[in-house]
Amino acid sequence: MADSRPRIGVLTFPGSNDDTDALLALDRVGAEAVGVWHQDDALPELAGVLVPGGFSYGDYLRCGAIARVAPVMEAVTRFAESGGLVLGICNGFQILCESGLLPGALRRNDSLRFVCRDATLVVAAASSPFLSRCSPGDPLIIPIKHGEGAYFAPPELVDELERHDQIALRYEAGANPNGSIGDIAGVSNRAGNVMGLMPHPEHAVNPLTGSDDGALVLGSFVDAARSSTLLAVRG
Amino acid sequence: MKVRVLVSPKQGILDPQGIAVRGSLEQLGFSVSDVRVGRLVDLDIETSDESQARQMAEAMCDKLLANSLIESYEIQVRQDG
Repeated sequence: MADSRPRIGVLTFPGSNDDTDALLALDRVGAEAVGVWHQDDALPELAGVLVPGGFSYGDYLRCGAIARVAPVMEAVTRFAESGGLVLGICNGFQILCESGLLPGALRRNDSLRFVCRDATLVVAAASSPFLSRCSPGDPLIIPIKHGEGAYFAPPELVDELERHDQIALRYEAGANPNGSIGDIAGVSNRAGNVMGLMPHPEHAVNPLTGSDDGALVLGSFVDAARSSTLLAVRG
Repeated sequence: MKVRVLVSPKQGILDPQGIAVRGSLEQLGFSVSDVRVGRLVDLDIETSDESQARQMAEAMCDKLLANSLIESYEIQVRQDG
């Protein structure tokens, strides 16, 4: 409890490529970040899990579809079901949707182009452990880099997400980069302990590389992890 | 038993690949009102029972081969040979 540097696990799948940046960024914002291998069917005592971006299993079949059956994902599912904090970024968001830990799906960008640039986001959720350092309406500049980032959910599901404050982040109105329904850039599960987003907060934690707004998201995650109970998952 | 699974974007789901292919076909002088681009998966399932093969393929689609939120699938059981 109340560990000053809460331990957060960062998963690595074959094809993950933002795991190292995620480890460094979490360390920078005050976590003890540890790597977790995709073949592990157990999790050590952790206060949170980060599923990083990349191209797990070469994006074969559908982005995230193969990773979701990796042994570690069964442990992550149990971790999340016990109330553990889980954040998915980009491919990690796709994996969490494919796992059923988050609602909706991500499909090919409308433009069919891979987009790689800073995006302006607007905080949508009134209350989320991953956005506690922000207020609704706050603009955040965080880079995006994806080819399959168009969020999709049927209209009735989008209504439900809105009703339950599950829409975490939206792209700035008029600047939707991929065709996401409702300009949605990130969503949470109903309980709020799992969130996924296409933009990369781990690439925006140092003013040296432009915006450091990503530190607000990861810093909120670390704050929440600091006050949450450590959970281990046995194999 | 050989089973072919055809996965395609659900009706109503925007298929940017299909739109791009349709544009290219029109460039080549073909008139096509709609194009949808999907995925084909050939399976060799160890059973000689057709309905069992179909059931297994359906379970595979529901669990992995298709994402029911955005894709629909069709299963074709083919005679061996």
